[in-house]
Amino acid sequence: MPSEHTRPHRFNTRLWLAGGWLLFALALALLAPWIAPHDPLAQDLLYGRLPPFWSEGAEPGLWLGTDSLGRDLLSRLIYGGRIAFMVAFAAATAACLVGSTLGLIAGYFGGWPDRIISRIVDIWMSFPPVLFAILLVAVLGTGLHSVIIAIAVIDWTRFCRVIRAEAMVQSRMDYVESARIAGFGRIGIMIKEVLPNVMPSIIALLSLEMGIAIIVEAILSFVNLSIATDDPTWGGLIAEGRLSIHQAWWVLVFPLIALFLTVLSFSQLGEGLKQRFDPILR
Amino acid sequence: MTPCLTITNLSATLPGGARVLRDVSLDVNPGEVRALVGESGAGKSMIGKAILGVLPSSVRQVSGEIFLDGQDLGALSASKRRILVGANVALIPQDPLTALNPSRRIGSQMTDQLIKILGWNSAKAYTRIRQLLDEVQIRDRERVLRSYPHELSGGMRQRVLIATAFAAEPKLIVADEPTTALDVTVQKQILRLIATMQRQHATAILFVTHDLGVVAKISQQVTVLYGGMIIEQAGVSDLFADPQHAYTRALLRATPRYNDPDARVEPVQPDVLAGLQNELAANDHAWEKHLG
Repeated sequence: MPSEHTRPHRFNTRLWLAGGWLLFALALALLAPWIAPHDPLAQDLLYGRLPPFWSEGAEPGLWLGTDSLGRDLLSRLIYGGRIAFMVAFAAATAACLVGSTLGLIAGYFGGWPDRIISRIVDIWMSFPPVLFAILLVAVLGTGLHSVIIAIAVIDWTRFCRVIRAEAMVQSRMDYVESARIAGFGRIGIMIKEVLPNVMPSIIALLSLEMGIAIIVEAILSFVNLSIATDDPTWGGLIAEGRLSIHQAWWVLVFPLIALFLTVLSFSQLGEGLKQRFDPILR
Repeated sequence: MTPCLTITNLSATLPGGARVLRDVSLDVNPGEVRALVGESGAGKSMIGKAILGVLPSSVRQVSGEIFLDGQDLGALSASKRRILVGANVALIPQDPLTALNPSRRIGSQMTDQLIKILGWNSAKAYTRIRQLLDEVQIRDRERVLRSYPHELSGGMRQRVLIATAFAAEPKLIVADEPTTALDVTVQKQILRLIATMQRQHATAILFVTHDLGVVAKISQQVTVLYGGMIIEQAGVSDLFADPQHAYTRALLRATPRYNDPDARVEPVQPDVLAGLQNELAANDHAWEKHLG
């Protein structure tokens, strides 16, 4: 609400570019069955390794060319986005819920809850994350659920560390003491006084984590440990593209661009949202 | 008349056993202002924290009782005590910058205790704080209610905190150096405001300060502290006219006078400090004997 004391929001180019790309990519992913020009799984060996539309020898209607089995790259990218976003939202949200809750408890209560939670985080973080993910998926079996669980199980510590530190700072503030004096209980104060002040960081981390989840999913796809191999994933596309880099560079480059833009946008969006949500920064 | 607050033989220690409060006993009668005066580290804020139940986790109350309206707080369970103290004692904090939550609107922070702890309905709580915002002379109160703390000046925030402290008609208010963090020009207004509010509401105040000028203006009773020990207690006119303890006399000589700005201001003399150290040592000795 604009009042004479809040500065009007400046148009934040970074935030809008990032948000714009993510909305565009998300819309494509959601509407894939209606938007994708071709069946992403339909093979046609006569049309193998066709270049993108501006090159010589391109086939009309196959905008970004085809892979070695003649499958339409654009359609495969759009369908790959579905899995990328699904993993991003589900895994990041799960990691955020677990990590932020534990971080808030550790930071606000201190004492033995903090000691227990912090030791668990220390131990957790000493596993190499990608290997940990591969191990987890190997144990849980491949599939979308396993990928989501694996990412959440590995990355909750990221939230826990940051939110713990912020909650610690907040819990020493006078308004926390004032709430105690007014007669409020500890859990109530944690939720009502401390949580709103760490919320901007939680949102920024959540957005960042969505980008990270997409990368981890791509890595797992790359090593063929993500979901069933038939469905196109960005990591899977990159793995295929790597094999034919000398004959058909586009099969590698377009998924990389999609991955890069999406991950970058998530991190920029997080930073922009943090400023929006912070009553003092905005 | 039962005193509103009675503290008897209150002692508190740090982890090493060093005492931050030494056998402190004092009374605050209903509607009376008692000033707690002393240097930094004299334990004056610690007394306030002990009453409010927010002593730092390293400080332990080792002896003494605190009575609120004749009710022994030590005899209550932690949750009962919190609710009793919450309903009857309020705090005007030292630093208005950190005493308000930066991410919540003023209106919701001011009504929080009335609604959630004391069970008022929202309409009644807002009527009440609107009335108090008028009393603390905030002109555009509707805007203030909708504001976030950073949109208000330090003086405005302190007015908001004063209004909040009086909102539930507490019997006692602990004012912990409420003007220290403010601009000098605002200090006087805020002090006058607290004095006016105190008279209108007939609330007892325990006023923590290191400024004897402030003491003379606002309080009826004075307690002088040094090193956690009570040095002297007296009515305000007696204390200024005829201080009994050498340290009190030294403090008075160390305070600039408004009516005589050219008068010499002297630091506390070494022999006075030596005397105080002897008293502390004697007090320690008695304490060790008491512990056995």
